[in-house]
Amino acid sequence: MPHPSMRLSRRSALLGLTAAFTAGRYSLALAAAPTQKRFVVVILRGALDGLSAVVPYGDKSLATWRESLLPGQPGSEGGLLDLGGFYGLNPALSAFHTMYQANELLPVHAVAGPYRIRSHFEAQDYLEYGSDHAMSSGWMNRLAQQIPAQRGMTETALAVGSIVPLVMRGPAPVGSWLPKTALHPEPDLYARIAALNKADPVTGPAVAIGLKERGFTDLTLAGDADAGGNRYAFPALCAATGRLLAAADGPRLAALEIGGWDTHTQQKTRLVQPLRQLDEGMASLKSGMGEAWKDTVVLVMTEFGRTVRVNGTGGTDHGTGTVAFVLGGDVAGGRVQANWPGLSTGNLFENRDLQPTADLRAVTKGLLGPLFGLDVAALGRVFPDSEQASAVGGLLRRV
Amino acid sequence: METRTAHALIRFGLGRRGDEALPSDPVAWLTGQLDGPDPALALPGASSADGLVALRDDRDQRRNKAADGTPAPPMRVRNLLKAESIVLSNNLLTTETGFRERLVWFWANHFTVSVRRGECAAVVTSFIREAIRPHVTGRFSDMLLAVMNHPAMLMYLDNVGSIGPDSPAGQRSHRGLNENLARECLELHTVSPAAGYTQVDVTEFAKILTGWSIDTNLNPPGYVFRLNAHEPGKKHMLGRSFAHGRGGGLEALAFLGSHPATFRHLATKLVRHFVADDPPPASVARVEAVLRSTSGDLKAAALELVRLPEAWTPLSKLRSPSDFVISVLRAMDLPADKRPPDLGPVMAGLGQPRLAAPLPNGWPDTAADWAGSEAILRRVDWAFTVAGRGADLDPAGVAQAALGPLLHAATLTQIQRAGSRRDGLTLLFASPEFQRR
Repeated sequence: MPHPSMRLSRRSALLGLTAAFTAGRYSLALAAAPTQKRFVVVILRGALDGLSAVVPYGDKSLATWRESLLPGQPGSEGGLLDLGGFYGLNPALSAFHTMYQANELLPVHAVAGPYRIRSHFEAQDYLEYGSDHAMSSGWMNRLAQQIPAQRGMTETALAVGSIVPLVMRGPAPVGSWLPKTALHPEPDLYARIAALNKADPVTGPAVAIGLKERGFTDLTLAGDADAGGNRYAFPALCAATGRLLAAADGPRLAALEIGGWDTHTQQKTRLVQPLRQLDEGMASLKSGMGEAWKDTVVLVMTEFGRTVRVNGTGGTDHGTGTVAFVLGGDVAGGRVQANWPGLSTGNLFENRDLQPTADLRAVTKGLLGPLFGLDVAALGRVFPDSEQASAVGGLLRRV
Repeated sequence: METRTAHALIRFGLGRRGDEALPSDPVAWLTGQLDGPDPALALPGASSADGLVALRDDRDQRRNKAADGTPAPPMRVRNLLKAESIVLSNNLLTTETGFRERLVWFWANHFTVSVRRGECAAVVTSFIREAIRPHVTGRFSDMLLAVMNHPAMLMYLDNVGSIGPDSPAGQRSHRGLNENLARECLELHTVSPAAGYTQVDVTEFAKILTGWSIDTNLNPPGYVFRLNAHEPGKKHMLGRSFAHGRGGGLEALAFLGSHPATFRHLATKLVRHFVADDPPPASVARVEAVLRSTSGDLKAAALELVRLPEAWTPLSKLRSPSDFVISVLRAMDLPADKRPPDLGPVMAGLGQPRLAAPLPNGWPDTAADWAGSEAILRRVDWAFTVAGRGADLDPAGVAQAALGPLLHAATLTQIQRAGSRRDGLTLLFASPEFQRR
């Protein structure tokens, strides 16, 4: 039973969150565990284009496929942020770059889950089941059941909310929080809604005028970075998440979600805002964690990548291999973890996608094992039938 | 799903609930809903007497509070309305007789009473149960009488305090007529200005209705005819004379309730509601003829609506905010613990608070009234909010189940391409075809 004053302060943190949080397409779910280690999953719903987030500019084939999407070379004005000579971070990820330089960021490239489908919904489900088939619980929930109790730690349950992402669902108690008021879609979703209604004589003008009245310009609807009212929302949620996790009796597992990645059109501009949100969000999470950052591992993952070729509308379509990010005070970062498959025609998956060379479950097991002291059997209970995907070693500094 | 089935569910009903079984014969499904009593009459609910007792208790408490400083605010009416509102909400989301329910709310709006007149909150829901539901498939003149007898209408349009100036009470108190109910009954409920009535007719009708009041001290409290407040003598309205006493009021309502101008007015409103913002004259003429030949049989009128060829043309009406909320939640078919228990606040947020129309003419019934830009965006934002509860739903499946052949290919494509279930559902509910009924 936590100390009453801590409970109060945690509630106060949530109340403060409500005030700080006015808009966005985000959610947070939390679970307790009897440990001082913290593990955070950030789900990028909509499929992040890994080749735009961590750009393999050293691969000669890259420019032949997607010259129009590429930022400038490292060192140029607004150009890529170099990651050691072959890869470069998207310039919107400046805080990531700082963490990379402090060896706290480890991008894992050419990664994919154990499924090969291109439906968002099914792929997100499998990503969260941690499997290539439907299960009765998400892998984070199974993880909560596997973490062995440390001396003096007891499990505390949080109230179950109505919206818990699949990754956290299951028998272990989970809490969730979502702002109740003033939710708004991202500009990108508004733009799609405006397009759907455009030809309608009644709703078309109403939506178009309404968005203008709310200060959206054509530019913001096309994904301009500095527009829209949501730019502080995800960082605020992340900062609050950090404070909750940092509390001595706080939850230990958290799942965050952020959308806006489904860049079928005008990808180069549309990606800027969600990338900045993610970038600022992770910086805010770190500062919210304070000292607890050294005990924290964050895994940023998405359901699949996007096509290597640019489509007819300046975007990319659903693909396969992509990038994941591992962050934390104890991460063996400052490098890119990848068995790079190459982008020449013969190397593409089904002649269209980045060929995956790493299983996301193997990466995750490589984090959970050392972090929580889980053995092969326990990891097998978190990810059943994953013998083929044995844990990747050396992802954390302390083993 | 066939197009006619979709039209039956959407134009005439409240939208399909999840993937509920589809009627094999849409017309038989609609007409069958009009047989027998309204199933919602079997739901638990407070009577107008219960409401007036709650109102009386609240008044007493307020008086005592003033006297002895009791801190507790009076809550009985509020609690009663809240409980009733939850029952009404639940019924709208689960009913299998959506056409009948649409007719109930059509007539409730025709005879608007509103909580904006504070004390009416005690009786607005019993008004629907007692004055509207029993007569939706009955005779219009019976509904009219039930309405004009009901405490909610008598309070809402001020007839409770209308006193004949020459009646004993009027002579004693030097108070007089309140024309509000008489005027609105002529203008909105029955013959409409098209009948060409004059101010003299309004005043005479107000005199006819003097004494139609309520008594909250009775047990049970309710309608009373106060003879001592009734204006003495014969009255003359629209070329007819009406006797002294309550009987004169009954005659006047029977006359107005079967007046040809009333039938024309009702037919126009019904066709506007179920067919098109600009009611096709041929449709109005058919419904009007049925009302005339059946002396105002509302079931016959409803059956004629279903038979109109114009009622099976592409949907052109814009769903009102409350209709939108109901159809979204029916389409999602969430378990009871995941949906808002009371739809009132949701509808209020979208600009149509339930049983709270600003004026006696009720909520408007054309697209122009509901298609304001901010109003439409609020639908979008609410859809996005509620879509967050649909983490277990397949958006494309929900779209196809709800709209069937009315779903645009472009919308389905966007839903399938959406980055999350939530976005997919939002795109469905924000699509132009989902706004139509």
